Amino acid sequence: MNRFEYVRAGSVAEAVAAGAAPGAAYLAAGTNLLDLMKGGLATPATLVDVTRIPGLSAIESLPDGSTRIGALVRNSDLAHDPGFAARYPAVAEALLAGASAQLRNAATTAGNLMQRTRCPYFYDPASACNKREAGAGCAAIGGATRLHAVLGFSASCIAVHPSDLCVPLAALGAEVEIEGPAGSRTVSLTAFHRLPGDAPERDTVLEPGELIVAVRLPPEAAGFAAHARYLKVRERTSYAFALVSAAAMLRLDGGRIAEARLALGGLALKPWRAEAAERLLAGRAPDAAAFREAAEAALEGARPSGEATAFKIELARRIAVRALERALAGTPERVPALPASPFSAPLANPLPSSGAIAHA
Amino acid sequence: MSFPITLTVNGSAREILLDDPRVTLLDLLRERLDLTGSKKGCDRGQCGACTVLVDGRRVNSCLALAVSLDGAEVVTIEGLASGGELHPVQAAFLAHDGFQCGFCTPGQIMSAVGLLREGHAGDDPERVREGMSGNLCRCGAYQGITEAVLAAQGATARREDAA
Repeated sequence: MNRFEYVRAGSVAEAVAAGAAPGAAYLAAGTNLLDLMKGGLATPATLVDVTRIPGLSAIESLPDGSTRIGALVRNSDLAHDPGFAARYPAVAEALLAGASAQLRNAATTAGNLMQRTRCPYFYDPASACNKREAGAGCAAIGGATRLHAVLGFSASCIAVHPSDLCVPLAALGAEVEIEGPAGSRTVSLTAFHRLPGDAPERDTVLEPGELIVAVRLPPEAAGFAAHARYLKVRERTSYAFALVSAAAMLRLDGGRIAEARLALGGLALKPWRAEAAERLLAGRAPDAAAFREAAEAALEGARPSGEATAFKIELARRIAVRALERALAGTPERVPALPASPFSAPLANPLPSSGAIAHA
Repeated sequence: MSFPITLTVNGSAREILLDDPRVTLLDLLRERLDLTGSKKGCDRGQCGACTVLVDGRRVNSCLALAVSLDGAEVVTIEGLASGGELHPVQAAFLAHDGFQCGFCTPGQIMSAVGLLREGHAGDDPERVREGMSGNLCRCGAYQGITEAVLAAQGATARREDAA
């Protein structure tokens, strides 16, 4: 770990003033940042500790029906907040499907948004990586690509964003509240993370010194609570990043879908909200054909970034279908023992001729 | 530049002068406070061998900067037993053979104590296994570990019923 200056900020203004200095980074729990620093992948000149800033640790219900999650709310506190979990059950399920209990007890909401890719070439200082060092090249391209992108990648970078939390947040239209040297602004979560293009060294749209202070869910996000699920396929059942994940939410009206939300994880350098699929589902009967069409639309334009990545495309379609089926079956009273796992209890009434994969 | 911090470690208030902000909680415990029960396995938050309670919650002490925890209350494996009496989780690990080599055991036990405090797993073995997934055991003593956690959960529940 490199030497750094340590600054403890007492207010957002203090943090922003210190954070705008060249080489400064914000420290919350540090569960990702310290890991990166130990690997020499992050070498901040200054760490600005934001954990003592008052007012950033609350989950607030605002008068207009929206919910404001403070940047410092810990993952476990958010997932287990009864009011929050009842209104946004897919967010709770996604949180509990991520990392380990120890990490969830420490990791913060804003830190989750800011976590960096888990591309093994990014983590290996001996490999070329455009995200680690602009212009260095990308060793992942042509390498072992099983974990890499099928959407939104570029000739510079084929990494994916590892967050579970961001997937249902993107589906629900979450917005990121930011304070910075130039004042306050709000950015849609779907516009917060950058696709790699030719500048993969920049993960997000944050400018130097800008600090996330909250994530806000708009009033309509609470309208999906009865039919909201997160589903995550990984190499082992617990404590692993997603190969492919999906957040699916439905608002039903009689026998039809009034409104659908669908976002996918593990496929791109940002949570992938599938708005074309959502539009396609609106007004439809919730049946296997509609779900499969939505899944096809969600993966429109997908292509493998390497030979070993190709399986993700059909897997993602099937996981999207399965997540929609689970959402249709209804939000369980309690998050399953294995959150978001395909091995959790199967559907009581599976749809006929669905594209879902068999339970192993 | 040095950083004075105060921590309560296993019930004792400690005034600590850090000469370097890079010191993790794990290194502080092991190298400066001679509390070597918490183990350095991966040092990257993947194995759970360094698990301790910070303000009552289980965390990976390898991924926390000590300077950032100024004022916190820390409980390590050394602080669990009271007098000569083992904590119920420690006793359950003995009774159910929840280890082989023992390297991961302090982290397993601290994680189990945290799990029981959180109160979400109850007597469901699947929830216990999921809740303990942040602690690796290279010997593969998971069956005994799960049994021990369930037994400790039962003992804790009985104790609370009696109280």
